[in-house]
Amino acid sequence: MTATATPESPGDVDLGGEARARQADRGFRALVTLAGLTVLIVLGLILVTTSVRGWPAFRHEGLLGFVLGTRWAPNDAVFGTFPLLYGTLVTSLIAMIIAVPVSIGIALFITEVAHRNTRKYIVTVIDLLATVPSVVFGLVGVLVVVPAITPAYQWIADVVAPIPGLNAIFNETNTGRNYITASLILAIMAIPIITSIAREVFATVPETDKQAAYALGATRWEMVKGAILPHSFGGLVGASMLGLGRAMGETIAVALVIGGSVSMAANLFEPGNTMAALIAQQWGESSGLHTDALIAIGVELFAITVIINFLARLVVRRAEIKMKGAHS
Amino acid sequence: MTSLDTATPPDLSGRNLSKRRAFANRTATILIGLCVLIAALPLILVAWEVLSRGSSAMSLGFLLDEIPRNYRTAGPGMGPAIVGTLVVTGMAALIAIPIGVLGAVYLNEYGKNRPLARFIRTMADVMTGVPSIVMGLFIYVSYVIVIGEKNGFAGSLALACLMLPIVIRSAEEMLRLVPDELRQASAGLGARKWRTTLTVVLPTASSGITSGALLAVARAAGETAPIIVTVGLTYVFKPDLFYGENTTLAAQIYRNATQPFEASQERAWGAALTLIALVFLFTILSRIISSRFAIDKR
Repeated sequence: MTATATPESPGDVDLGGEARARQADRGFRALVTLAGLTVLIVLGLILVTTSVRGWPAFRHEGLLGFVLGTRWAPNDAVFGTFPLLYGTLVTSLIAMIIAVPVSIGIALFITEVAHRNTRKYIVTVIDLLATVPSVVFGLVGVLVVVPAITPAYQWIADVVAPIPGLNAIFNETNTGRNYITASLILAIMAIPIITSIAREVFATVPETDKQAAYALGATRWEMVKGAILPHSFGGLVGASMLGLGRAMGETIAVALVIGGSVSMAANLFEPGNTMAALIAQQWGESSGLHTDALIAIGVELFAITVIINFLARLVVRRAEIKMKGAHS
Repeated sequence: MTSLDTATPPDLSGRNLSKRRAFANRTATILIGLCVLIAALPLILVAWEVLSRGSSAMSLGFLLDEIPRNYRTAGPGMGPAIVGTLVVTGMAALIAIPIGVLGAVYLNEYGKNRPLARFIRTMADVMTGVPSIVMGLFIYVSYVIVIGEKNGFAGSLALACLMLPIVIRSAEEMLRLVPDELRQASAGLGARKWRTTLTVVLPTASSGITSGALLAVARAAGETAPIIVTVGLTYVFKPDLFYGENTTLAAQIYRNATQPFEASQERAWGAALTLIALVFLFTILSRIISSRFAIDKR
């Protein structure tokens, strides 16, 4: 009797502890959920705050005028960003034309050709390439590559001069700071990310498929063509889109080597500009509506890269699900 | 039986491949090898240029002196940028790593395959693709304009936004490697989930999480675009993040690279060498930690 009456009976203490422990559990759960939600909160805040700040520029030109206008003249308060969109698309698409095949080649070399020991070194090389800061690529680009490569551009222009079509794209030049140089640097910067995703995609190809191809007498190349590439197509499309998104948002390296003229030249050897690079170049000397317009370009860039990245992830994930389904 | 024994074994050496197939195979192999060379060349070029040109600018004074105010002034001085890089990136890590690790705990321990967790996972991937300059503009709009000045902390916030998704995704990968048996054993001993997570799951994954976080720090230390938008410029030492404009190595490289003067270009190369050394230090540290203390190699 007395034992059950004492307040320090084990049952009571346990109950109190139980309630507190449950509370601690709930509190911890709320904390980590909040931390997870930060991603969504930050993304939402980016969209809202930059849109609000860039709104005067959008309203000044009209949404269509801002995106499709072809004249960018901050001193006359004219803000048409289409040439920047053009420059962004041209440089990143050319970068992808170079980077995608090279990255697929590297990924194939790592997964299929290289010996186990050499594989490690190649992976290290690609990892190192990914850790070089973009401003260092820009520095080497503008002080080393640009002066060295200009004669090569001139030579190409001379060679293709009689060929219609090509001579419009590769025309006379007097500067190495142009679309092509920017594309080359973007390609180098996109190679590590495309390679790493291509490797992941190739790793999901079932070993049995490869062995079956070899058993049928296929050479290595025929095995790659018949077993690996068809299996990986979707994933490779996604990887390329991720690389594209990365290239479109790259700022500093491009700002250093693209020359900085807001124009829409078909001649790839002429200087141009991209959305991200223009923001970095003009940020220091802007004020008022000009600053708002730069922020508005940021909103446009944000929207484009988020859409591309979202689609890319969707494509990669769908491809992975499809492949795993086929495997099991 | 006998017919099988007497039959000549098939020739598997590939010597009797048709010429066309052998040619295609060899060409493809060469082309694939060439791709590796194409990727290695720029790395060698960058390493060579930065090492040879940067080392001629390097000296003790370069690391310790203030930055000359005039582009044309020859001589050393990157000290404030080194301090700026360390404090801005360090503060960014202090913000992003705890939030990122807790977010990863949510994704792997609580959210799992719920729609919300899946959505957060996708959006974290998407967020890694948001251009760094947009992060800079975001912090400019929502912090710099509000407090009325550019400072080092604004740069830390922008870098933290960049690091957050990388930390979340890499930490989640590491948490996934923690064997479920450990969680069950802990639960079997009567530990609550929060206690299991804090005392069993996180310590087990700590080396992997640290290594991933260091990689994110290395990436952030080399970022330029958000810095020039939010941090501004200084020539003197400013270890206080909340007091006035600051500077980093990356921002100094950008600023000096665009100048036609020998002296400033030399400082840009020196800063590039310092920055690369710093970034590689973090990367190597991350490698060592992940290879020494990996879960599966116990």
